[in-house]
Amino acid sequence: MRWTHWVNFPILAIMIWSGMLIYWANDVYTVTIFGHTFVRFFPNWFYKALHIPSRLAEGMAFHFLFMWFFALNGLFYVLYTIFSGEWRLLLPNRHSFKEAWLVLLHDLHIRKTTPPQKKYNAAQRIAYSAIIIMGFGSLVTGLAIYKPVQLYWLTWLCGGYSFARIIHFILTIGYVLFFIIHIVQVILAGWNNFRSVISGFEVEEISEPKENTIP
Amino acid sequence: MKKLIENQFLIKLFRKIRGAKKPKKPKMPLTVEQKIARRNLLSFGTFFVLGGVAFGGWKWLLNSPAEQAGVTARAHKPLRRALNQTELFFKRIFSDNHLVRTYPKSRAARRVRENSHIGMRDPSFKPEDWRLSVTGSDGNPLKITIEEIKTLPKTEIVYDFKCVEGWDQIQHWAGVRFSDFIQHFQLEEQAGKSYVGFETPDGKYYVGLDRESAFHPQTILAYEMNDQAVTDGHGAPLRLIVPVKYGIKNLKRIGSITFSDTRPRDYWAEQGYDYYSGL
Repeated sequence: MRWTHWVNFPILAIMIWSGMLIYWANDVYTVTIFGHTFVRFFPNWFYKALHIPSRLAEGMAFHFLFMWFFALNGLFYVLYTIFSGEWRLLLPNRHSFKEAWLVLLHDLHIRKTTPPQKKYNAAQRIAYSAIIIMGFGSLVTGLAIYKPVQLYWLTWLCGGYSFARIIHFILTIGYVLFFIIHIVQVILAGWNNFRSVISGFEVEEISEPKENTIP
Repeated sequence: MKKLIENQFLIKLFRKIRGAKKPKKPKMPLTVEQKIARRNLLSFGTFFVLGGVAFGGWKWLLNSPAEQAGVTARAHKPLRRALNQTELFFKRIFSDNHLVRTYPKSRAARRVRENSHIGMRDPSFKPEDWRLSVTGSDGNPLKITIEEIKTLPKTEIVYDFKCVEGWDQIQHWAGVRFSDFIQHFQLEEQAGKSYVGFETPDGKYYVGLDRESAFHPQTILAYEMNDQAVTDGHGAPLRLIVPVKYGIKNLKRIGSITFSDTRPRDYWAEQGYDYYSGL
């Protein structure tokens, strides 16, 4: 989990960056409701700040290299999660959706009671499972717009070429939102939790002196 | 007191790999604090070293020199290699049976997008003098008129034209299927080579296609758009429509067709784009 997590972080960053280099060439997406455009992806100052314009060829070259690493890393994570049995701790169960609500209330300091927490709490189960599905979605919609003729059935499944491109774009926005919330939560969760994602263990303070050895 | 909570799966897996031997006991059992300190050092050390390596690798790639200019140019050298390797992988799933989706004529755009006029700016070009140049089977150059091409069986296609920039548009084209053209002019022998090159009459725009894509059943030399003669802006009198490629390969105003076993020069591949650009 740790390895794939940290491998994924730079890969996804590169995929989003190179994706923006590509998107710039035809930046048509907006959020428009009743004729009023609320958000235009993306404003010119944003492009200029990140040196995005006129790098389509470069963006494609990066995108079509790192797509391999993104896919392999994702595959590796899924296989690991299946074979280690960790999927039991990850996938939401029948209580999760109710509990996730309690987690939300707790995190927003509306409720005081602490919701049940194993490796992941209910909200984490949902969020982390969703992000894997999103990753798979990016892979599939990406392939659908990358090889729409050879993989025509995939493009059909994604609702056509233009629609697949829209989903691909929305998923990317989703990652950015996920990332923001994720960072806030990591900071709130504190050092012990963060360390565990790097070193793979957690330290727990216990009162009984008998249990100070490791099984 | 402190207790370590560890990943039991990895520990078991590790022991299995080591041959199910119990881990050697250290002479002096370490205190939990020592273990924590030790493993923190080890894992954070690894984290920062690998992070540094990854960052260094990224810097190297980002600053890697451009490839030597040839048939392809202006891409980072390692990225060009990756593009070419990726081409080999995706060529394996290429099939004449994989057809681009077609639409009813009513879905075709009335106002067809014109994206580029490179290779069509020669003011001395006279449509009535236009001939398609191909080297015939006897080695003598063929000069084919548009009337001759129009006598061949007509193939129509309404499909979603896809630009490398990201836009797409449903368009209606008609002309002669490339394979029919080759057959009619008995060019099979030359066309057995790996690549087909197309150039505009002024030689300012040029593309190369792998043989398989050129002979794909939906690849046509088009002289009609929306049931009318192709307009100047769209490459009159004859243009390439190759639905298994991005728009950049769909050359307008074909002047000559050549065959070769090496990649013919390609305008956008010289600008850093993938040579294959297959869909």
